[in-house]
Order: sequence, then structure tokens, then C-alpha cells
Amino acid sequence: MFQFIFRRLSLVIPTFIGITLLTFTLIRLIPGDPIEVMAGERGVSAERHAELSAQLGFDQPLYVQYFNYVSGVLQGDLGNSLVTKEPVLSEFLTLFPATIELAFCAAMFAIFIGLPAGIIAAVKRGTLFDHSVMTFSLTGYSMPIFWWALLLMLIFSVNLGWTPVSGRIDVVYWIDDVTGFMLIDSILSGEVGALSSAISHLILPSIVLGTIPMAVIARMTRSSMLEVLSEDYIRTARAKGIAPWRVIIIHALRNALIPVITVIGLQVGILLSGAILTETVFAWPGIGKWLIESIGRRDYPVVQGGILIVASIIIVVNLLVDVAYGIVNPRIRHSR
Amino acid sequence: MSLLKLENLSVTFGQFRAVDQISYTVNEGEVLGIVGESGSGKSVSSLSLMGLIDYPGKVSADELSFMEQDLLSMPETQRRKITGSDIAMIFQDPMTSLNPCYTVGYQIIEALKTHQGGTKKELKTRAIELLNLVGIPAPESRLSAYPHQLSGGMSQRVMIAIAIGCNPKLLIADEPTTALDVTIQAQIIDLLIDLQKQKQMGLVLITHDLALVAEVAHRVIVMYAGQIVESGPASEVFSTPKHPYTQALLASLPESAAGKARLEALPGVVPGQYDRPKGCLLSPRCPYATDHCRNVVPDNQGPLERQVKCHTPLDTMGRPAA
Repeated sequence: MFQFIFRRLSLVIPTFIGITLLTFTLIRLIPGDPIEVMAGERGVSAERHAELSAQLGFDQPLYVQYFNYVSGVLQGDLGNSLVTKEPVLSEFLTLFPATIELAFCAAMFAIFIGLPAGIIAAVKRGTLFDHSVMTFSLTGYSMPIFWWALLLMLIFSVNLGWTPVSGRIDVVYWIDDVTGFMLIDSILSGEVGALSSAISHLILPSIVLGTIPMAVIARMTRSSMLEVLSEDYIRTARAKGIAPWRVIIIHALRNALIPVITVIGLQVGILLSGAILTETVFAWPGIGKWLIESIGRRDYPVVQGGILIVASIIIVVNLLVDVAYGIVNPRIRHSR
Repeated sequence: MSLLKLENLSVTFGQFRAVDQISYTVNEGEVLGIVGESGSGKSVSSLSLMGLIDYPGKVSADELSFMEQDLLSMPETQRRKITGSDIAMIFQDPMTSLNPCYTVGYQIIEALKTHQGGTKKELKTRAIELLNLVGIPAPESRLSAYPHQLSGGMSQRVMIAIAIGCNPKLLIADEPTTALDVTIQAQIIDLLIDLQKQKQMGLVLITHDLALVAEVAHRVIVMYAGQIVESGPASEVFSTPKHPYTQALLASLPESAAGKARLEALPGVVPGQYDRPKGCLLSPRCPYATDHCRNVVPDNQGPLERQVKCHTPLDTMGRPAA
């Protein structure tokens, strides 16, 4: 197993080189540079522009800039934001808990609704339940996220007034930033009503963000279960005279989970890398919103560093998925 | 006493009759062979005995009883107590019949635990005994093996161990050797017959292998297009077949074609849902078919222990009666 993880990790090196090259060049291909963006509509004189460029090191040839960037990264230095002058890493670390919190709740929503829905749809295939699950998941999958977010906001926040519109917690609470996770911090603060406020702020963004993963998981679980339920070993299990729920949960689900785990892993990777639209619509102070804004400001170090960290997260999640695979599927475990 | 009794059992899938009003009995300690070509309803009829026919398949019968208990009217939970313990079944393809995610031990013990219970240690000892009984070397270490680590023959032995774990009174073997090597086939059949004699089980052996049935079965049933066309003691059915279909099956054996350039074959295929003949189901393929055969469905003829479904059963010389 360790050998396997090590081999997988060694494949990561070329991936990282590719990511740094790609983000480094792509962000510089966008018209405008950070200085022009900072100067705004008033513009900046050519001399001042050259002066600032030299200060920030943009006057050097690109390959030198790239080399400096990569050597910084290798020393664990992702650079400082051009706008806030804060280190990219510390900015990331302050914002990341918000994204994790949202991604975690969205993933829970997706898994706890998508998985059972897919299982029941497969077991009761052809019934009204099956058709409704498939229709809902297709709708959910094709729904434009920003529109879905606005729709839910309009119904539940504006018309019904059940949930707040945006943010992480009501302004009346002052929560000390201990862990960065609002749910935990609000408990630690000991303020009455803080936790329920934090929860109510999480509901809509989690549903919006979890909708597509839920649809994907439900569909994948259903098709995977259908395939497994027609396998010979399911017939064997039933021929043993064991209870139907045992056949489904113990014998079918474990086999059906193998492809579903891949899908869940991929989706969780996407969720963690920042739900750009959801965070923007709900003014959620997470990674997605941060990256989008930094692109607008041509904040080169933040874009490069942020994407690199996000890519690392996705790689780690994929590695974990592969390990989980081996746990579920003995055929993989033993082939190594 | 008859162990299993079927009276006009039918299995239908929508309009299609996969099994068409078959009746037979299996007695204690008896080996019943069921032969017929692919699509003749052998497997479907045996799955219906186990209660394994799924929607949209429908099972109906005037009687389907096991040890005088009506299987069709009893509640699901009660039927499951019989399935896997008193009636057990092994299947065609052992390599896919075991769950790849669980160890051999887990899968054997699961059946034991469901029907007999016992402590972990007792169950494990019993599982080792069973593996020993089906001739698996080093059973203790095999308990923790996964199905993909076993050969086809070993897998089928494990399947047999699972099936006989609860000392069934009736074992249904659905083409147990079809997917195996010839050398392994003989071993598995020997094992099955040994166990059958040892435990005095009723054994329903479904197979394409006529020679095997002739050798081990007490009685034989020949099925065609979901119907039983001929039944009787194995030796009689094979020495003097009364139904043209049985005759054709026997003629198609390579042994019967010794010295000939080509093997004998019955032209055509088993009728499906849309090309079901009006009269006798074999009439389009039968060399002796008359207009009467093509228009009128034949009844079962002869005494209960030697029946044939034909208007003109063959005589001892293998010619149709006038």
C-alpha cells in the first residue's frame, strides 16, 4: 500500500510543473496588468508604470519571473498578494475553513440524499419513485447554479423569510476567529443563538452547492446498483434465504459503491476547490470568491498560488479515493 | 414420501410462457435429471422453486409444495426459512456466483448464521468442516481467501459447501459443471453424487449432458419450450425414447454419429414468444409431424411414471405409432 501511495505521489511532480506553467502564462495572457487595475480609470503615467513594474519585478523577462516564482514555491513561499500585501498562504488559510465548512455540508447533503435515493430508485426500478428521482436529478444536474441559488433565495429568504440571504452569520454576533469554522466558533463563543444563526446561514448555500453532486451521486448509485443487482452473486445471496435488506445493503451496495466512490471523490474535490458561483451569490467568504476577485484584480501571486493549492487538494482527495478503493474492493487490495 | 411436488407450474413473463404447466415430483434421496436445450425453461422452473423469479415474472401453480407445505401461499419470511436451508441451489457459473467483496468464510458462515445460528467459534469450525467435506485442501487458510483467488472448480466447491451447509433435504444443481474444465466436471459431479448419497438428499440435476443423466439420475424429465415432453426412469427414457424430441436429442450425441461425416441435428430452434405453433410445440421441427400434430395440442399419454406428450409416441423400434 505504501509503495502504491509513493508511486502515485511521484506522478504528481509533472502535474505540478504543468499547473505552475499554465497558471503563470494564462493569467499574464489576460489584457491589463495589476498596476493598471490598481490605478483604475484615472490611468497611470508611463514613467510611474515602469517604476512600479520594476518595483514588483515585472520588468524582468518572463522566464526569470517564472524561475523566481517556482524557486519561491519550492521553498514554501507562494508570494504576497499585490493588493493586500499579505502572504498568499496566510490569506488562503484564513479563507479556507469557510470553504471547507460549506463544502462539507454540501457533500453531506449530496451523499445523504443522493445515495439512498439512488439505492431505492434501483431497487424499485420502474416505479413512480424511480422516475421522480431520475427526473429530479436530471433537473438538478442541468440547473444553472446561479439561477438555482437566486430562485431558492427568492422563495426561502425573501418571500418566506426562513433563511438569511447571505453571509456566514448575523451581524449582531461578534464571533472570535478560533478555528475558522463558524459552526465550531459560534459554539465556543457561548453566545445564545449564534449557532442557530450560523446553521441557518449554511442551509441554502449547502443545498445549492450540493445539488449537482447529489444528482450525480444519485444517478451513478442507481445505475451501479442496477448492474450489481443483476449479478449472479446477488442470486446466490438470495438463494441463501437471507433477508432482502441484507441482500441489498451487504451484498449489492458494497459492490455498487466502487464506482460511486470515484464520483464522490471527484465531486468533493470540486467542492473543496471553491464553489465559485455559490460563494459569489451568497457572499460566502471562501476560496472561490477570493480567486474570482483576485483574477479581476490581476493579482498574479494570489491566482497562481491559490490555484496551486486547490490543485494539490484535488490531487490529495484523488489519492484518498484510490486508497478507499482498496479498502472496499479486495481485488485491488490484493493485486498490489 | 414425495419431497417436492409440482402440479401445473407455470412461469410467465408478460405474454411469454417460459415454463408451461409442468408437473413432477422429487422423492427423498432421489436424483432427478432435467434435460433439454437452451431456452427450454429448465433454469427458470428451478429458480421458481427457490422463489427467485423477479417482477415481471409470475409464478402460478395448482400445487407447489415442499414436504407437504404450500410454498406459494406461505408468507415471504417463512419461505425464506426454507430457502437456503431445506432447499438449496448451486448455479451454472461459479466464478461469478460468489460475492467478490467478501471472503469465502464470510459467505459460508452467513448462510449458517441465518438458518442455524451459533457462536462465532462454532460457525467457524462448521465452515472448516464443510470445506473439508467438499474437498478443499487447507480449509483453515481458505476461509480468509477472496473469490478472485480461487479457481472455477474451487469456487464451485465453495458454492456446494454453502448449499449443503444447512443440511438441505433437496439440492437443485443448475448446470453445475457447464462452466468448468472437463477434468474438473467429473470431480464436481462425483462430489455431488457422493454428498447426495451420504446425506440422502433429493437432487435435481439440470444439465445438457445426457450421458451424465443416464449415469447418475434415477428419473429423467425432458423439457422442450417450457413443457415436459417426456418423463420416466432414466434407463427407459434413454434406451427407448417415446418422444421424437428425446430421440433427436440422443441422436445428436457425438457417440451416435460414429462413422458418419456429420453429427445429427434437429433443424430449427425452440419457438419463442411470437412463433409459437398452434398444435404440438415441436411440430415445425419434428420429422414425424402430421397435420393433426400441427393443429391439435397433444396431451400427456401413458402411466404417471412414464409419460410422453405426443400424438404418435415412438415404439420400441423408434418409429411413430400409426
